[in-house]
Amino acid sequence: MKLKSWKELPEGAIIPGAPNSGEFKTGDWRTQKPVIDFDKCTHCHLCWLYCPDTSVLTKNGKITGFDYDHCKGCGICAEVCPPRIKAITMVKEEI
Amino acid sequence: MEKDKFIKMALTGNEAYAYAMKQINPDVVAAYPITPATEIVQIFSKYVADGLVDTEFVPVESEHSAMSACVGASVAGARVMTGTASQGLALMHEILYIAAGLRLPIVMAVVNRALSAPINIHGDQSDTMGSRDAGWIQIYTENADEAYHSVIMAIKIAESVNLPAMVMLDGFIISHEMEVVNTLPDEEVKKFIGERKPLYNLFDFQNPITVGPLDLQDYYFEHKRQQMEAMFNAKKVIPEITKEYNDTFGTNIPAFVEPYKLEDAEYAIVAMSSAAGTMKEIIDEWRSKGEKVGLLRLRITRPFPYEEIRKYLAGIKAVGIMDRAETHSTMGGPMLQEIKAALYDLANRPRITGFVFGLGGRDFDDEQANTILTMVKEMKDGKELPLYSFIGVRE
Ligand code: SF4
Ligand code: SF4
Repeated sequence: MKLKSWKELPEGAIIPGAPNSGEFKTGDWRTQKPVIDFDKCTHCHLCWLYCPDTSVLTKNGKITGFDYDHCKGCGICAEVCPPRIKAITMVKEEI
Repeated sequence: MEKDKFIKMALTGNEAYAYAMKQINPDVVAAYPITPATEIVQIFSKYVADGLVDTEFVPVESEHSAMSACVGASVAGARVMTGTASQGLALMHEILYIAAGLRLPIVMAVVNRALSAPINIHGDQSDTMGSRDAGWIQIYTENADEAYHSVIMAIKIAESVNLPAMVMLDGFIISHEMEVVNTLPDEEVKKFIGERKPLYNLFDFQNPITVGPLDLQDYYFEHKRQQMEAMFNAKKVIPEITKEYNDTFGTNIPAFVEPYKLEDAEYAIVAMSSAAGTMKEIIDEWRSKGEKVGLLRLRITRPFPYEEIRKYLAGIKAVGIMDRAETHSTMGGPMLQEIKAALYDLANRPRITGFVFGLGGRDFDDEQANTILTMVKEMKDGKELPLYSFIGVRE
């Protein structure tokens, strides 16, 4: 992306338009990422409920995966997945 | 307005300032009291209580909160004013930069007062000189009448470049002395300042914006460059608005600097605020004895009027620069250093020395003024003078 010059930017350092936080990709801060085993997942949505970055994706009542553009790799989803299911594993992020 | 149709009032500097605020009728005033500026907002709060203004008055618990509330209101598109002095300004310091960086044209009265320690409530300029790089326009006034007109002009100047402005008056010397002030009718003030047209408005719910987000290596520099452009623009706008004001009302307020008896001067003094008024009197005495001496009064220091300073001081043999503030750098007062820098590459630059005087509100009297003039005259005649001297201190 070509960054704007000082003449092109809105003055006062404001950001016009909302919502726009989704445009800021923060996924590359991650050192490990969640990977889901759909054979084990019961779609209880606990991970979806607890994810602090709304990065667990769901559609029609089913978990569909992760938004890796914004997931920070905190591991909360893997931690809250019920002990007898443990469908999420955190794997090291390769650069 | 028909010229010279002023309404003459006997007012102290603080009363004149508060009266100008009443006529400006700002949307929001958030303030915390501090000597010697207390009266300004105290008188103004009475106008609010009496229903003479439409202002939302926010009595906060500190100056840090006062400036923060001003920032919040200004971001929402309001016309905002406040007033403070000394420690209060120091406590605002963090938020001063935020007001400037967010490009908010807040106008603030600062009644110049010494900074602690030791604690002192009287007039020197160490408070606002300490804020000179905060991104605010800085206007120093010589008397109550000029303070009154300067506040009104400051609204228009600040709002036309979207930068905050502080208008100074000397603590007690001006803030508490009564003078004749040539005031304007309310409707003339209203007409002159017009409506604020903000850069952006947080209360425009159809066009939501984010104000004050994190701004890192990739954008911060561009926003600071924009802010500097606004200050460059202020250099153009200030003389235009001052001229418009003088032409409309028949006043004679100088824009950046006021030259006084400089045309044929062989040596000169640079002074600010009330001390310039005193110095003019003594220069008149010296002139009557045939001395070719003049004065340049520095009225606006941000943006810094280096072109005007060069124009008026080029070719003068010796110049003494008076500072009612220290920099504690061992290189003299702030204006000595900045004026020297402005003149450095002039082929016919004057010889320069500095004077630090009047700290903690010590009276600047004719004896001190005569000492300064004598020293600068000796320098004009070839005597070496130190980088700067302390005037009026007991040795
Ligand atoms: S690792 Fe953290 S951020 Fe990523 S999906 Fe799981 S809970 Fe959300
Ligand atoms: S918490 Fe575990 S079982 Fe429940 S939806 Fe998430 S991954 Fe599936």
